[in-house]
Amino acid sequence: MTLVRIVLPYHLRALAKVDGEVAVDAAAPTARGVLDALEAVHPALRGTMRDPATGRRRAFVRFFACEQDLSHDDLDAPLPDAVARGEEPFLVVGAMAGG
Amino acid sequence: MPGVRVLVGTRKGAFVLTSDVGRQSWRVDGPHFAGWEMYHLKGSPVDPDRIWASQTSAWFGQVVHRSDDGGRSWETVGNDFRYAGDVGTHQWYDGTPHPWEFARVWHLEPSLTDRDTVYAGVEDAALFTSTDAGRTWVELDGLRHHGTGAQWQPGAGGMCLHTVLLHPTDEQRMWVAVSAAGAFRTDDGGASWRPVNKGLRSGEIPDEDSEVGHCVHRIALHPSRPDVLFMQKHWDVMRSDDGGDSWHEVSGDLPTDFGFPIDVHAHEPDTVYVVPITSDSLHYPPDGRLRVYRSRTGGGEWEPLTRGLPQEHCYVNVLRDAMSVDRLDECGVYFGTTGGSVYCSPDGGDSWREVVRDLPAVLSVEAQTLP
Repeated sequence: MTLVRIVLPYHLRALAKVDGEVAVDAAAPTARGVLDALEAVHPALRGTMRDPATGRRRAFVRFFACEQDLSHDDLDAPLPDAVARGEEPFLVVGAMAGG
Repeated sequence: MPGVRVLVGTRKGAFVLTSDVGRQSWRVDGPHFAGWEMYHLKGSPVDPDRIWASQTSAWFGQVVHRSDDGGRSWETVGNDFRYAGDVGTHQWYDGTPHPWEFARVWHLEPSLTDRDTVYAGVEDAALFTSTDAGRTWVELDGLRHHGTGAQWQPGAGGMCLHTVLLHPTDEQRMWVAVSAAGAFRTDDGGASWRPVNKGLRSGEIPDEDSEVGHCVHRIALHPSRPDVLFMQKHWDVMRSDDGGDSWHEVSGDLPTDFGFPIDVHAHEPDTVYVVPITSDSLHYPPDGRLRVYRSRTGGGEWEPLTRGLPQEHCYVNVLRDAMSVDRLDECGVYFGTTGGSVYCSPDGGDSWREVVRDLPAVLSVEAQTLP
């Protein structure tokens, strides 16, 4: 198991009723492992980051870590070592919208 | 304490308005779910403290909430809306087949008899139901698969199932309306469906009296006379006296028959309310005057209701789910505007007062009469 720190955007923190960072034990150090663990701990987040039917990342949700955009990586790709070691957080970000 | 609770969904959160039976002094709670589009909230007729809420976002998708304490606290319930069987296709804007894709829940209709059963009308147009208090959802796919689904086409607002009407005594019969496909009825609890659009004429489609393709905006009925339906179509106010088998126009002397909401007085089955809007190109009241029109004759003859409503420089819209009535002895009528005002008439429309103003654009208004 890997203890991963996660930073959620405002609306998902409100939905999960959490403040600040969240830490979850991920079965695998991958985006899918982190998201699965996060949704298991906070079921209110199910379907908010990935489409329930397809499992794909929602178009306006991005995944960042270690100053990299991981949004287009395979969900089963290994996360950076610093994330897997808990030194850096995995960021879930709502895409910018202007207007 | 007896009174009224009005559930208001807006572009940026939900608000709960409460009053005693006098409906003169209101408490405004909110925003709940701040920053999210709240398409619709509605309470269970079986248990008024059980309220359902549809929360949606272009970023984070669909969330459904349930409250069991009258809106003081909420819990998330299931949000997995998967189309049943062969997903199939409908018409896309360019005329090509397009697979059904779930976008959001437009309307939640709680069962009249079971507090754990609720229906959800969604975009892309389909009807779902939950019988376990919202934990899981199952599509009543006989609607999409009855035969005309492949011809349905979205309007500018998307292809949404926005109206769910339950027969007050016959649990097997219900109606739904889809923009821009029309009205449909089931007589076997949702297993099979058929279009009920005979008599509708729409100049915006190639075949004006086609079986489907009509942009129905809203349908309403009075529970004492459920075979009589009133419809606000894109253009035209329509009436059916046979459960939707046929329709005839009752726009009569309205200044314009374009509009979105329609509702029926709680105790007078022939008293109907609409909010005329200038046109399909000008979504605001004619002459900048916000007027509700009331017919006491089941349509045909209409009177403007203006007392307490802005009669100059008013360029708001009233959306399809944003009108409701309470069931107090003197029926209250409510509506909300895209300008963020919610109005109440405690006397059946004779006079109006602004309960709250400057909310985000109002998407839905539902009045609950509390024992």
